[in-house]
Amino acid sequence: MLSFIMRRFLTAIPTLLVIVTISFFLIRLAPGGPFDLERPLEAKVMENLNRIYQLDKPLIQQYWLYLSAVMHGDFGPSFILRDFTVGELFARGLPISMTLGALAISLAILVGGTLGTIAALRQNSLADYIVTGLGAMGLTIPNFVVAPVLQIVFGLALAWLPVAGWANGTPRNLIMPVIVLALPQIAVVARMTRAAMIENLRSNHIRTLRSLGLPWHVIVRHALRGASLPVISYLGPAAAALLTGSVVVETIFGLPGIGRYFVEGALNRDYTLVMGTVVVVAVFVLLFNLVVDILYAVVDPRIRFD
Amino acid sequence: MADPVLTVRNLNVRFRTGDGILHAVKGIDLDVNAGETVAIVGESGSGKSQTMMSVMGLLASNGWAEGSVKYRGEELVGLSPEKLNRYRGSKLTMIFQEPMTSLDPLYRIGEQLALPLTTHGGLSKVEARRRAIELLELVRIPDPQRRIDSYPHEMSGGQRQRVMIAMALANNPDVLIADEPTTALDVTVQARILELLADLQKRLGMSIVFITHDLGIVRRFADRTYVMKRGEVVESGTTEDIFAAPKHPYTRMLIDAEPTGHKEPAPTNAPLVLDARDVKVSFVLKSNLFGKPIHVLNAVDGVSLSVRGGETVGVVGESGSGKSTLGRAVLRLQPASGMVRFEDRNLMPLDRAGMRPLRRHLQLVFQDPFGSLSPRMTAGEIVTEGLLVHEPRISRKDRDRRAAQAFEEVRLEPAWRNRFPHEFSGGQRQRIAIARAMILHPKLVVLDEPTSALDRSVQKEIVDLLRDLQKAHGLAYVFISHDLAVVRALSDEIMVMKSGKVVERGPAEAIFERPQEDYTRDLIAAAFLKEREAQTALPAASLAS
Repeated sequence: MLSFIMRRFLTAIPTLLVIVTISFFLIRLAPGGPFDLERPLEAKVMENLNRIYQLDKPLIQQYWLYLSAVMHGDFGPSFILRDFTVGELFARGLPISMTLGALAISLAILVGGTLGTIAALRQNSLADYIVTGLGAMGLTIPNFVVAPVLQIVFGLALAWLPVAGWANGTPRNLIMPVIVLALPQIAVVARMTRAAMIENLRSNHIRTLRSLGLPWHVIVRHALRGASLPVISYLGPAAAALLTGSVVVETIFGLPGIGRYFVEGALNRDYTLVMGTVVVVAVFVLLFNLVVDILYAVVDPRIRFD
Repeated sequence: MADPVLTVRNLNVRFRTGDGILHAVKGIDLDVNAGETVAIVGESGSGKSQTMMSVMGLLASNGWAEGSVKYRGEELVGLSPEKLNRYRGSKLTMIFQEPMTSLDPLYRIGEQLALPLTTHGGLSKVEARRRAIELLELVRIPDPQRRIDSYPHEMSGGQRQRVMIAMALANNPDVLIADEPTTALDVTVQARILELLADLQKRLGMSIVFITHDLGIVRRFADRTYVMKRGEVVESGTTEDIFAAPKHPYTRMLIDAEPTGHKEPAPTNAPLVLDARDVKVSFVLKSNLFGKPIHVLNAVDGVSLSVRGGETVGVVGESGSGKSTLGRAVLRLQPASGMVRFEDRNLMPLDRAGMRPLRRHLQLVFQDPFGSLSPRMTAGEIVTEGLLVHEPRISRKDRDRRAAQAFEEVRLEPAWRNRFPHEFSGGQRQRIAIARAMILHPKLVVLDEPTSALDRSVQKEIVDLLRDLQKAHGLAYVFISHDLAVVRALSDEIMVMKSGKVVERGPAEAIFERPQEDYTRDLIAAAFLKEREAQTALPAASLAS
């Protein structure tokens, strides 16, 4: 197991390098630069800026400079948010995005898993239809619709919760964004759990348990363990996506996470910010895929790493 | 004498399906007395499994039972699962047809064995573990102290079925229902499992209900037999009486359906169609860091095989003996070393493109009639697909005409060629698979267990069809099977394979009458051929335990 984890960390390095390389040159291919404004800057100013940010050097040299800086943990200065380095921006934003994402994913597992299990146990009953129906709604109604509705109802009309803002992570401020972030995930997890549970409850080994006259809770426990496998493999990439922030939710609720940096950075040709986001997302995806593989092996003894 | 443990009266089982209500079991009566072995015989769809499933309360959610099932006078039909659990797993237990999937792959054997013990027997975890080890000993699992911590995937099919038996016996049941307990197992393993069941019954004195389609098993083990057809019991009585004088035509048909008869010998002057020498196939199971193989499995280890036109070579052996791999290797579907000649051409130097024009002469029919036909193509499209490659010039209309001919040749209604595979039964699907091979007018057909998934009476029809086709077209067959009765009915020559090597070969009759190797004797004994042909003197082969 340990050697497997070590091997995975080692193979992650070339993967990251490829991702960094491709995105570095891709963003440079995009027309325009970080200092292109409506009204062009004076040539002299432009030249100075390019020199300060080392944009005047040949591209391949810039690539090497960036790569060696990243190796030292330095993601460089942001081009648009000029008082900050990319590292500082992430140091402030990432914990916020991760808090939201972690809460949302936990909520999705808890609520989605429970609803899916109930629906599977009462297949083709009213409860099942309600869960399946809600699941379809959770998937189809976009979060930029759900979020304002919640804000109007609970923030303005009922005035139970603050409409927006981070407020140093006060729980009351987190409720609505976490729910909006979690809703589609709840829907997916519920649907997957339901399908996997139904399949498991019909399997031969569950029939064996029933033939042995074992109580209901033993049967459900066995079926749940088997049903968790497909859900786990879905949750890995989903967690990586949630923990690295959501543009829509963070923008609507005015939360200073990192989700918006991707869009802002890309639109403004803030090369270093985009690159930083790419690296962070890539690291999360690699990490959570590893977590999924480890969890899989814990649940399923048939998986071995040799 | 009559001390019924289980009494079934006017039992009806119905299923709600997309096409309306399916009446699977139609008011049957059945008794199981203490300590006796009762067999329920019938083909698939006869309702024999569903009868016992409803006794155990295990019907699928769209099915329900009406009538009366009494265990020692207590009514079981209509009980809630909770109330039924007082009997299930303690007094009434069941083992199933699918040993590979009937244990939970995610839990250790010991944990699963402990479940009925702690639930019904009220044992503590420590006591349950001790008892579980005893049970594993009882079902003769070697090294139970260690095996109790194994996972199901670390055990063979036979061992898993033993674990299932151990679980079923955990609380000393009165009735053990065995639903085709050995169908999915190799013949020699089958024999051992059946011996074990018979022995345990003698020692523990429970009743056994055998659900099976294998008359060999019935004749050998059952005291009394019920014959079921389409949800009804058509005949019942002592096993002896039923076999001696079957009253119902269906029973007679089942008994007659045992593949018998022999193939007419092939003309000896026929040209050699396939000549394979010293064929070797090996799989690398494990390699080191530099891709150098450490652990190699020699699946086929220097086997030679030659077939003449009109001749059938039967390849028998248990799963893992390399017989299917050999079949694929001689068709060049599996990388192999050695020499393979088809008519006068050496196939070994040919690459994929070089093989393509020859493919039409070399056809393969698979075991699984359900998995080997594309569900999204009509039967006609499936059958004529090979023509698209090998005779691309012929028109759509001609292709359709050829499909109709091919259907007729395998005795399927030509009008059915526009139906999809799921609309056919298993036997009909296998006919489609055969038609798909025959439409190209092949010279050599490798038949890989073509009858294993089918009922005996259907098997007989397929065997007859294969014989007729061979006669009409002078086909050369390589017939791969573990079912010795079918092999015997079809083959001129037989090769017995074990661990990739041929342990015995010779004319079919000689192999059956004078087997030289212990392994061959085991296979023959395990197939109960002795009982099937009581009049022919076969050497008394002992069942290896």
